Amino acid sequence: MLSRTANHLYWMARYIERAETTARLLEVGGRNALMPDIGGGFRNDWEAILQANGTLEMFNDKYSDAVQRNIETFLFFDADNPSSVLSCMNMARENARVVRTALTSSVWDAINGAFQELKQFQRTERSKLELSDLTEWTLRSTALIRGCIETTQLRSDGYHFMGTGFGIERGDNTSRLLDVKYYVLLPNVSYIGSGLDQSQWVTLLRSMSAHRAFNWTYPGELSAAKIADFLILNRMFPRSLLSAISQTSGHLDHIGRVYGSVTPAQTKVHEILSELAEAQVKDIFDEGLHEFLMRFMRQNGELAHTVQETYLQGMPT
Amino acid sequence: MNGRNNLVFNEMLNGAEVRAAYQSLERWHKSMPDDLRTLKQSEAENLFKRVGITFAVYGEGGDPERLIPFDMFPRVFTSSEWRKLDRGIRQRAAALNAFLADVYDRREIIKAGRIPEHLVTRNEAFEKAAIGFRPPRNVYSHIVGIDIVRTGADQFFVLEDNCRTPSGVSYMLQNREIMMRMFPQLFVENRIAPVDGYARLLKKTLASVAPEKCDSEPTVVILTPGQFNSAYYEHSFLADLMGVELVEGQDLFVEGDFVWMRTTEGPKKVDVIYRRLDDHFIDPLCFRPDSMLGVPGLMSVYRSGGVNICSCPGAGVADDKAIYTYVPEMIRFYLGEAPILENVPTWQCAKKDDYKYVLEHLAELVVKEVHGSGGYGMLVGPASDKSTIELFRQKIIENPGNYIAQPTLSLSACPTFVDAGIAPRHVDLRPYCLVGETIELVPGGLTRVAMTEGSLVVNSSQGGGVKDTWVLAE
Repeated sequence: MLSRTANHLYWMARYIERAETTARLLEVGGRNALMPDIGGGFRNDWEAILQANGTLEMFNDKYSDAVQRNIETFLFFDADNPSSVLSCMNMARENARVVRTALTSSVWDAINGAFQELKQFQRTERSKLELSDLTEWTLRSTALIRGCIETTQLRSDGYHFMGTGFGIERGDNTSRLLDVKYYVLLPNVSYIGSGLDQSQWVTLLRSMSAHRAFNWTYPGELSAAKIADFLILNRMFPRSLLSAISQTSGHLDHIGRVYGSVTPAQTKVHEILSELAEAQVKDIFDEGLHEFLMRFMRQNGELAHTVQETYLQGMPT
Repeated sequence: MNGRNNLVFNEMLNGAEVRAAYQSLERWHKSMPDDLRTLKQSEAENLFKRVGITFAVYGEGGDPERLIPFDMFPRVFTSSEWRKLDRGIRQRAAALNAFLADVYDRREIIKAGRIPEHLVTRNEAFEKAAIGFRPPRNVYSHIVGIDIVRTGADQFFVLEDNCRTPSGVSYMLQNREIMMRMFPQLFVENRIAPVDGYARLLKKTLASVAPEKCDSEPTVVILTPGQFNSAYYEHSFLADLMGVELVEGQDLFVEGDFVWMRTTEGPKKVDVIYRRLDDHFIDPLCFRPDSMLGVPGLMSVYRSGGVNICSCPGAGVADDKAIYTYVPEMIRFYLGEAPILENVPTWQCAKKDDYKYVLEHLAELVVKEVHGSGGYGMLVGPASDKSTIELFRQKIIENPGNYIAQPTLSLSACPTFVDAGIAPRHVDLRPYCLVGETIELVPGGLTRVAMTEGSLVVNSSQGGGVKDTWVLAE
């Protein structure tokens, strides 16, 4: 397939995943705002959300107060914020539009339909839009797109480039969420388990739709080790780093098989996968959670770069 | 306006009677309650939006993804009407290609004194780089769009020819899809010739003009300027229907004697490029050095027979409005036949007598720029106020060679849905003739309709709409 086509499919997937992450963050922020004000109060919570989204500075430049209304606008509707749901959905649709011929009509319908509905939201009076409606809409729309991809796309190279995009973006998002929370919530590992952070950790789990899953998987009290294990190393949890990387690896392996050639992209993903597969929570804490996450993000970023160079630029070989 | 409307040929009527071809449609629209019609109309709009068929208008601002208004009332041709059109269109497409092959080679028609040399060689669209090179099968224009208007039951005129990259065929196909989806019963009641073979014929046509050097199944691609082009939807739609890659200039490169596309598996050789890009942009080494849309070195590969470009560079010289006047002459000269479809009588302001006549009758005439298209830069005399006419007079005086004029034809009208039921609106027709190893034409075309009462301008860039076009099977 054309390298450019693969490139658009890959980025379409990344933007869909990113839109979903932003919506999840927004959902959690909205929920926290309903909680009684303990310690830092809601203001802190919203800032943590922006920090996780990587847009705190941009927000402060543009808006005076970190109040819910502004943050909703910023994270959902603001076209200047590249991570807003609107920006991500627009980019996803723009990428899809360019490669319509590589998508089934139901995938295109799902993406384009979401885009049209989003335009409708923009025209609607803001007081008529509940935050929960907006976030639920995003999760539903992205789920519909994913579902259409899963059920209708030909399992050709294009499908696997989308899968690679989803996997790489998910790894990046989970590690960022974890790292920011770590910074904000856990200046010292010994804090874990104290009253202050309990609800905050639950917030993190919720942002990944994982708080119930966590309770099912790990009996007993919350602990730093359990949470790190769950979000980094658990094979059952679909947003864990290990799951994200093995998803990416699966798709890249398929591409290698279809093309009958192993490239640096497969080598790189296998390297990350084998390290994660063997890692223990203890090793991660010994290295330092932050240091570990930084290293993972770097590796994941290098992987993205290799994929780009190997397949998506189509340089004459 | 009303006075003129009385003279307008209404395609549905024969005097006061509804013609046989329209009777089922007459029953259909009469039995459709208003609210159902409104519902169907919005359903149609939604379908167009959902498939993403939109049209961007340059320089108008606003929504870049505007929909072209779709009118649900079909336009009908009987099989005998179509037989004449079909023969006339094929004849014209053959003559235009014969003309192109001649002017880039021996120039017999000029030597014979049938067409003035300067109209050809000093024409902006004349391509020196195409002289002395024969493209595969000697075909230059592979998709010929011929704009036809009607003024009476048996009176058809060719308004202009489009030999470069006529657009709009996606509307022909989608209008039909949408009508079939919304009103299946109409297709049971009427025997309507299908148009959906177009993509297969287009692919066959393009594959049939692969260069000789290509010794396996030819790789065909569509070259688009990109997603910001107004016809991008059509480019991707056609690529999808044909199952070929839609490429941009950046996806192609020249190496050795061939053109290659960048794929995830490495370079792949390309044999036929259906380009939807103007001549000036296809190769920055040969034409505009600032073009980012083309492929450096493409022309030299083309000239050495490594790839074919459809339409061939230079094909535009045949569809120029000044050359248009001579198409009947071409038909007689190359084919030895009498033209089946007539031209609209045309005055060329470059000619002294014509110039004088035009300036004296501006208020009655339609004046067009020789190189213009899309309804831009044209004057419709009877519909214009004095100051606009005077403005045009100045333009013509400054550069007479740049203008031609035609009588304001009383274009035929078709029933069209309006707020108060149906009303006649002016229409034209653009069929798409395919020229390769054979000449092919699907029974149908794009009917454009002027949505405003009395308006004669059907161009989509000027607010015109589209209709499904039926050819009844025998």
